[in-house]
Amino acid sequence: MKYRVRIERRLDISPSVQIGAVIFSLVCAFVVIALIFYFLGVDPLNAYRRILIGGFGSIYGLSESLTKAIPLLLGGVGLALAFRARVYNIGAEGQILMGAIIGGGIGLALPNLPRGLLLTMMFVGGFLGGAIWGFIPAFLKTRFRVDEVLTSLMLVYVASDLVKYLVYGPWRGPEQRGFPYSSPFSSSAQLPHIGITRIHYPTLIIALIAVVFVYILLQYTKFGYEIRVVGENPSAGRYAGMNVDRVVLFVLILSGGLAGLAGVGEVAGIHARLGPPEGISPGYGFTAIIVAWLARLNPILTILTAFFMGGLLVGGDAIQTALNLPSATIFVFNGVILFFVIAAEWITNYRLSLEEIHD
Amino acid sequence: MIDFLVSVLSLTIPAGTALLLGTLGEVYAERSGVLNLGVEGMMIMGAITAFGVTFLTKNLLLGILAACVAGGLMALIHAYVSVTLRVNQVVSGLALTMVGLGISGLVGKQFIGMPLPVRMTPISIPVLSDLPVFGPVLFRYNLLVYISIGLVPVLAYILYKTNWGIVLRSVGENPAAADAMGVNVFLVRYLAVMFGGVMAGLGGAFLSVAYAPAWIEGMTAGAGWIVIALTIFSLYDPVRAMLGAYLFGGVRVLQFRLQPLGIPANLLNMLPFLITILVLVLISEQAFRRRIGVPAALMQPYSREDK
Repeated sequence: MKYRVRIERRLDISPSVQIGAVIFSLVCAFVVIALIFYFLGVDPLNAYRRILIGGFGSIYGLSESLTKAIPLLLGGVGLALAFRARVYNIGAEGQILMGAIIGGGIGLALPNLPRGLLLTMMFVGGFLGGAIWGFIPAFLKTRFRVDEVLTSLMLVYVASDLVKYLVYGPWRGPEQRGFPYSSPFSSSAQLPHIGITRIHYPTLIIALIAVVFVYILLQYTKFGYEIRVVGENPSAGRYAGMNVDRVVLFVLILSGGLAGLAGVGEVAGIHARLGPPEGISPGYGFTAIIVAWLARLNPILTILTAFFMGGLLVGGDAIQTALNLPSATIFVFNGVILFFVIAAEWITNYRLSLEEIHD
Repeated sequence: MIDFLVSVLSLTIPAGTALLLGTLGEVYAERSGVLNLGVEGMMIMGAITAFGVTFLTKNLLLGILAACVAGGLMALIHAYVSVTLRVNQVVSGLALTMVGLGISGLVGKQFIGMPLPVRMTPISIPVLSDLPVFGPVLFRYNLLVYISIGLVPVLAYILYKTNWGIVLRSVGENPAAADAMGVNVFLVRYLAVMFGGVMAGLGGAFLSVAYAPAWIEGMTAGAGWIVIALTIFSLYDPVRAMLGAYLFGGVRVLQFRLQPLGIPANLLNMLPFLITILVLVLISEQAFRRRIGVPAALMQPYSREDK
């Protein structure tokens, strides 16, 4: 009797298959990263140990991981929502920067307002900045059927050049002696921290509220149901009379706005001034894509994955200094993990089975 | 004034050459229906591979060939994920860029600040290079520049006038129909994506062994993203790719020249991306897309069973 391997589409995907696939893909990713390190002359076990200790092995490491998880969570939960609707916003990086520009600009322009009022205005402005950067691809997609992948990506570089223009030009602080930084924010424009950590908790609270909001929206509202239907089967959604354009506009504006809030958190909670774009966000908007996929686009799970990726970034910094590796090292982690996470999509969508061949 | 123009123009062609090489490859990849956002990563891997191999073997040709292989192998990963596994090719391309930036940084650490033992030198074409104006603008470049220019008509000819070109375009246009005609859709897409990788690797090699010539971490500095933009800007056409590459290369040259005149470099840098968004809007009309040949099946994985 002969058998052959058959690949077939899974009809229903259970949560255990989902979680199993993510864990399996992470294990594979770490094996591949270890091999890459090994061939490049870096002891992988030593590197992993240091990453673990650096990111999760001390109160300081954990607090830093949580600090980096804040922008990743704000960006990631918005992207999870957008990707659910099958709207591929990959421009969160630019939306973060626009939030930083508008929010930071308000902080610089009105330094003497009372703290609560000023910070609120900065967050509102930052949300609008990111939302506008999300609205542009949404408008072009709904009005002209232009693919949002390319427009949201192009806008990242426009935002990045805009930040550079501002900090090298009109917004450069006169006391910065030619360095590309704005003047420092007044104390009213700076976010409070938990103790001596860098955890700017107002942003963290906003991020957690955003997670709950997106979860309830998706799970318990009619509009959330429409978002899910449009994502799973756009033509069915249209057939059922759903307004697909409204979904596209909503998820891009909201995910852009949430990324914008992350930008405000970075400049008002960490740097206390505007600087070069790679300082404001060293790729948080792209790492947020991994956060969303790793959580299987589940908003609640982004809390876990944002913290995990935040810890990886902190651990990456730790091995840079300890093993004298270049700063680009962390990209190896991000890239390989992202590959395996989308490969996991394949594992969950298909299954292998043996079937008899009769001849 | 004429001196200014000559100096700008003679810098423009080298500044656009890496963009041109990358775009020619991506035009072919996207014509087959596969978007590869990993160009930046393949380019930088090409750059470090060419530099490293040339440094160790003192053989320029070997270095450049190795860069092509590196780019092609990276593209193979993307082809596997997006053509065979048929999962999200946008994400796969982004992952490829991250991996390329990361590995090149790790490999390249030992080469930072090292001088290249051999490098590409400009070839002055006898007689022609002594012409006023035309000499410096057209006839004093290194071999890779001439190769990139020579590839433009060749690739345009293959794309429009040969059977291979028809097959490539049909796969990007309507893979199911191509399949029904007996075309191996998967093979064509694999080859086109890998060709894109080879060309991106070559573009990276140009940067590290000819244009710079040096290894600097992250030295592609976004050239790969401009290639993505240029592919659209060129409307997937090799000849327009050349015009676009020199236009955007020229913008990069001009930003330093215009800075003293009060035109901010960073605002000029936005131009390629803004123009690309504009082009995307202009080509959005369905009838127009058909006429200029925008691949209709771009970003759509093909599967027999789903049809």
